[in-house]
Amino acid sequence: MTSNHNGRRVAVTGMGFITPIGNDLETVWSNMIEGVSGVGLITRFDTALFDTKIAAEVKGFNAEEYMDRKTARHIGRYCQFALAASKQALAHANLDPSQMDPDDVGVIVSSGIGGMEEIEKSHTNLIERGPKRISPFTVPMMIADMAAGIVAIHTKAGGPNYAIVSACASSTHGIGEASEIIKRGDAVAMIAGGSEATITPLTMGAFCQIKATSERNDEPEKACRPFDLGRDGFVMGEGSVMFVLEDMDHAKQRGAPILAEIAGYGASADMYHFTAPQPEGKGAMRAMRRALENSGVDPKEVGYVNAHGTSTKLGDVAETKAIKSVFGEHARELAVSSTKSTHGHLLGAAGAIEAAACVLALERGLLPPTINLDDPDPECDLDYVPNKARKADINVAISNSFGFGGHNATVVIKKAPSGANN
Amino acid sequence: MASQLNFKELQELAAEILGIDPDQVQMDKSFQRDLAADSLDLVELIAAIEDKYDVELPDSELENMKVIGDLWKFLEQKTAERLEA
Repeated sequence: MTSNHNGRRVAVTGMGFITPIGNDLETVWSNMIEGVSGVGLITRFDTALFDTKIAAEVKGFNAEEYMDRKTARHIGRYCQFALAASKQALAHANLDPSQMDPDDVGVIVSSGIGGMEEIEKSHTNLIERGPKRISPFTVPMMIADMAAGIVAIHTKAGGPNYAIVSACASSTHGIGEASEIIKRGDAVAMIAGGSEATITPLTMGAFCQIKATSERNDEPEKACRPFDLGRDGFVMGEGSVMFVLEDMDHAKQRGAPILAEIAGYGASADMYHFTAPQPEGKGAMRAMRRALENSGVDPKEVGYVNAHGTSTKLGDVAETKAIKSVFGEHARELAVSSTKSTHGHLLGAAGAIEAAACVLALERGLLPPTINLDDPDPECDLDYVPNKARKADINVAISNSFGFGGHNATVVIKKAPSGANN
Repeated sequence: MASQLNFKELQELAAEILGIDPDQVQMDKSFQRDLAADSLDLVELIAAIEDKYDVELPDSELENMKVIGDLWKFLEQKTAERLEA
């Protein structure tokens, strides 16, 4: 994999957010920095029979603020999130694909699962009322590629268009591959990110059955505690974060705001187990190494790692080992945090919100904390920016994402080139 | 008789499914041309009408219905048949 095709570089020029910690950039960043948890009791269904009764739900989202009533009614919740976040991102970037050559702007919306709620509702109709009462919108609502299609229809972005599915690594792969599309010249800009809406009875029940989700139901805001001995599993989140990624020269020529640079990305497979990470983090290590190589970044330049850090024992320890292996002595100098502690685990959108955390950390010189880190696991002995944000003038950040199936992806993000916004 | 049918209720049902205002649902309006209903919308509308009015609306009937008024006539006819039975 070579990244610097024709010397093209990739700028981040816009971001949009529908998340458990806010539905606009400034609210999300404020909550991330202040360590305000988005986790609460599940309101979307009756959890009486479920071991886990908590999740990080999107709050105050009105789809009709972003689309007409008919569209809102006929697309799945995860597609609604993606369209809303994409429109925010385009407005932020001041980019209007309808005024451009349709080939110039593409869309990748990654999702780990797709329209789960809609599958469940239609299945219930099938069982209770028969096949003639299955919604005719079931197929378009459930398929995991539909958000990319919907975003193109409503923004007139006619370039490369698809979804990437790699469970909880989906949107890191998505952002990485979208950058490669720009570098190889197949699009001038990409609307890229992830979306997920899986706080549903079947999904939550299934994760409960494998004891993957936290059951700290009496203290929801303390439930997600990466790297802490008191953790008892991840906390399901939902939402969408979308980026406008753009050829750096194109962005400069039109005077767009340049928030950061996507320098490169790397991907690997664990080749180990379908849900558990390789215990030494060997797959994660190879993804990080490849990402740094592709970006032409020396590991010592990295000041911040946004960890996958899901708040599971196996995952937190394996990632810590991988970071130590990649960075050597420098692992003791760089900062690592898991913002999942505030926003929960957005599955296929996790990599997108976490890449956004890196962009904002670089732009604003502030590192978001890992909250609820009161009693560190002795096997997790790095600087996880415990509980309080910290000022830090860093030049390079990386975001890690690892998914069931053993998929690993790391994206390398650099501070915007000096003078880019003058 | 047929007057037991309430057109306002049909307006509201169709409007809900087609994502439009009830006032737009008028006798002379075409499903596709005026109300922008595509084939998926019509499948959903048929299911809702069958449930609400306890009728069967076969595809062959639907093919002949061009405007809301045609649907209304069908419902009136079914209601009348039921009252006579």
